Amino acid sequence: MNLLEIKNLKMDFGKNAEALRAIDDVSLTIGAGETVCLVGESGCGKTVTALSIARLVPTPPANYVGGEILLNGQDILKMPNGELRNIRGGVVSYVFQEPGAALNPVFRVGNQIKESLKLHKPEKATNEEVIRLLKLVGIPAPESRIRNYPFEMSGGMQQRVMIAMALASEPKLLVADEPTTALDVTIQAQILELLHELKQRLGMAILLITHNLGIVGDMADRVAVMYAGQIVELAPVKELLRQPLHPYTKALMASVPKLRGDADRLSAIPGNVPRIGNFPAGCRFAPRCPMAKPECSEKVPELVEVEAGRWVRCPFWKTS
Amino acid sequence: MIPLLLGVSLLTFLLMSLAPGNYFTALKQNPQVSPETIARLQAQFHLDKPWYLQYFYWLANVLRGNFGYSMAYKISATSLIFSRLWNTFTLSLLAMVIAWTIAIPLGVSAAVKRDSWIDRGSSLIAFVGLSISEIVLALLAMWFAAVTGWFPIGGAPGPSFGLSAMQQFGDYLHHLILPALVLAASDIAGIMRQMRSNLLDTLRAEYITAARARGLGEGWVIYKHALRNAINPLLTIFGYSLASLLSGAFIVENIMAWPGLGRLTMEAFFAKDSYLVVDCVVMATALLVIGNFIADLLLAWSDPRIRLE
Amino acid sequence: METAEPISIAEAKFTLSPGQLFWQRLKRRKIAVAGGVILIFLYAVALTAGFVAPFYYDHLNTDYSFHPPLWPRLSGFHLIVPRTEAQADGFVYHELPNDTKPLHFFVCGDKYKLFGFIPASIHLFGTGDSNYPVYLLGADQFGRDVFSRILYGSQISLSIGIIGIALSFAFGMIIGGISGYFAGSTDTVIMRLCELIMSIPALYLIISLRAAFPPGMSSSEIYAMIVVILSFIGWASMARVIRGMTLSLREQQFVLAARALGQSHLKIICRHILPNTFSYVIVAATLSVPYYILGEVVLSFLGVGIQEPQASWGNMLSAAEDVQYLQNYPWLLAPSAAIFVTVLAFNFLGDGLRDAADTKSL
Repeated sequence: MNLLEIKNLKMDFGKNAEALRAIDDVSLTIGAGETVCLVGESGCGKTVTALSIARLVPTPPANYVGGEILLNGQDILKMPNGELRNIRGGVVSYVFQEPGAALNPVFRVGNQIKESLKLHKPEKATNEEVIRLLKLVGIPAPESRIRNYPFEMSGGMQQRVMIAMALASEPKLLVADEPTTALDVTIQAQILELLHELKQRLGMAILLITHNLGIVGDMADRVAVMYAGQIVELAPVKELLRQPLHPYTKALMASVPKLRGDADRLSAIPGNVPRIGNFPAGCRFAPRCPMAKPECSEKVPELVEVEAGRWVRCPFWKTS
Repeated sequence: MIPLLLGVSLLTFLLMSLAPGNYFTALKQNPQVSPETIARLQAQFHLDKPWYLQYFYWLANVLRGNFGYSMAYKISATSLIFSRLWNTFTLSLLAMVIAWTIAIPLGVSAAVKRDSWIDRGSSLIAFVGLSISEIVLALLAMWFAAVTGWFPIGGAPGPSFGLSAMQQFGDYLHHLILPALVLAASDIAGIMRQMRSNLLDTLRAEYITAARARGLGEGWVIYKHALRNAINPLLTIFGYSLASLLSGAFIVENIMAWPGLGRLTMEAFFAKDSYLVVDCVVMATALLVIGNFIADLLLAWSDPRIRLE
Repeated sequence: METAEPISIAEAKFTLSPGQLFWQRLKRRKIAVAGGVILIFLYAVALTAGFVAPFYYDHLNTDYSFHPPLWPRLSGFHLIVPRTEAQADGFVYHELPNDTKPLHFFVCGDKYKLFGFIPASIHLFGTGDSNYPVYLLGADQFGRDVFSRILYGSQISLSIGIIGIALSFAFGMIIGGISGYFAGSTDTVIMRLCELIMSIPALYLIISLRAAFPPGMSSSEIYAMIVVILSFIGWASMARVIRGMTLSLREQQFVLAARALGQSHLKIICRHILPNTFSYVIVAATLSVPYYILGEVVLSFLGVGIQEPQASWGNMLSAAEDVQYLQNYPWLLAPSAAIFVTVLAFNFLGDGLRDAADTKSL
């Protein structure tokens, strides 16, 4: 049994006539200790999918209309609130994009970490444990740092504190939503290395959300590509990077600027990502796809397993 | 603070000196009072000298703690002012306590149960409350007191001889309640709306989602994490709230005859007792300035980001 | 992969301008629109007060002191107005049977000056006979129609609000702009002065200012004095906020660009910096007008503002200060309804303006 199984998840914002589908038939599995990267542009639904794992999307206005999310075999969507609170932090933890924004500005850093501990591992809710955690994430002089307020720390350090807070309750799955986007490149590298190291030491599974293909190559075991609320490709990382099958994935990889070669123009994908509520009929990428055929706009293509562990949502994946 | 009060006293003195006539103008009409007496009294109170010299004498006295002698009341102005000041202080304090005690929980429930009937109802009351002037509320309160007889129709607490301390206190409170309620009523609306909007903003913050993500219960998230942050901006409007409270107290005291600083100011104004008016204005300003100072201290205590600057 | 065809600047079609966007957002807010409509109605009535009011503001009629509201009745298809008479003692009135006059519209009555200078005597409604008065909101101690006096009072209160705001905000914007732009010692001096003014609780300052004026003044002098006093209170806080905005705006690149083009300081302040503060100023102005109106009401109520026989909502309310009168003749409180509706309308409109300007919200 996999640690996380999202099966045909469908979620709307709003009800009835005004419903806008944000997550459309998304399926994803993560095994214990595995790192899966969820790739896509802003607005494609990756953040709400990730937040759904712990049912963190407020339910009005969100509305789960289909599918299930099984964490350790239990259905998150049907779980009562009391149990859900144990899952949050206990089984799955989050690291958010803006490092400072996820820390409460009026409480000291040490107290915030201790709060997490008191909830999930009360016997370990001590200053020593907090210091150990801060050391674990590579914060120098942790004894003095526990009395700091978040605004007294740099962005990189705040992100490390967030990671420490996420690890405090020893989760099985760490969901990191673009954890390095707001940081400098050098700090980015440090944080990613930290995540990698922690994963190896603690055997944690990681769901890493990013729009940066470079990170994917470094960190992922498997990759899921999302577009306009749907998963369009799912594959182990090496296969995906060597030979992407979905036209969107191909276009994404082609748009990464190359330092070598003689390309003189940046190749961008023409058009714009369709906004929620304005999805085209049929294949959602068709308006921008170089290989689009008339039948693409008639029916939404199915996500099909074309090889072992490789899924594509495009009937014409063979041609390229 | 001191230069501010000096500046205020100077300004007020200047303004008072611009109008023609003084306390003795009325007295001059009185045939029973001889011109020599008037001249002597004027010299005694320095009213025959130019305004800047008058100011100097006034200041010299004040610095010695002596607010002079009220010409209209014929008693020492110092004790008069301080007793009135105390009454304004108690009125404002009680009104503030009532207003904040009602407004904050109401604002919190309005934010937490957004768009429910509590939210819409209190929003409506807020709008209405903001729009009714204290004058009208005070008049209605007097009417209410007259009709029901539960409260005295304005006025000061009665004479205190023959009554025990407890009874005196009770009588004082009995007279204070209605004016304080009227004063509080106009303040509640503003504070409540501000609390609601601050809490809604705070609840949208990412650290609130992060707190929920760590498994904290909703009540804990709202009352420990969100509220602490949402209160801070409220402390900054504490100062404005106090200023409007003191102005409102001016009106309420005059309509409901509560013997406070505002009422004294109008009495002194009509009697052309310029020194007394200046004393009152300076005292009221001092009250406001001290209140703002306390608000700043509270804010620094509450928000660590400000403390460390 | 194809690339999009470039289009010329002339062909580029942008979405709505900020002004149009603001207007559209404003129209969507029903409450703000309601407030605006109410205000337009109130100001229209105030402008034509002499016409709408059945009586002139000091039309006395001691036969009808403290008369309760007297409305026309429907009789068949006509509206008629009965005649009343006082009982022997007290101010209780009963109708005289079979003694009525029909209500007419556009009827001749008291003389007044429309818009202040056109002599006229036509009124919207009335009986044409002052022995058969129509007291929509009752009469006061001197038999004067409360409704008419409220209308005349609205001319004063509503205009003082607008004029006071315009003066103090114009002054405050300029001073604030200068203070923030030049910074340094100019800024310090001006800000100290503003702090001084702002640290005195409003009504105490108002009374001090009132004391600076002599007691006996003509009614137009009193009006001007009230405007001056109220403007003096308001400009300081506006100046402070504008100064803060200016301090940050002047660091922006478009100011540097203007300097590089050789613009004078005054031009930069007036044409570049201050227009960026408009969205705040409009909202603040709309939300502040109620305070100016209430300022005049308080002054008149305390007896140091608009004097009798001029009608002002404030001095009308002072008649209600006597609790006996209030209990027996509650219609004396009618001006408070007028104040309430006006202030409410301004609050609705101001709230809507604030929401419309705040593009971060829906």
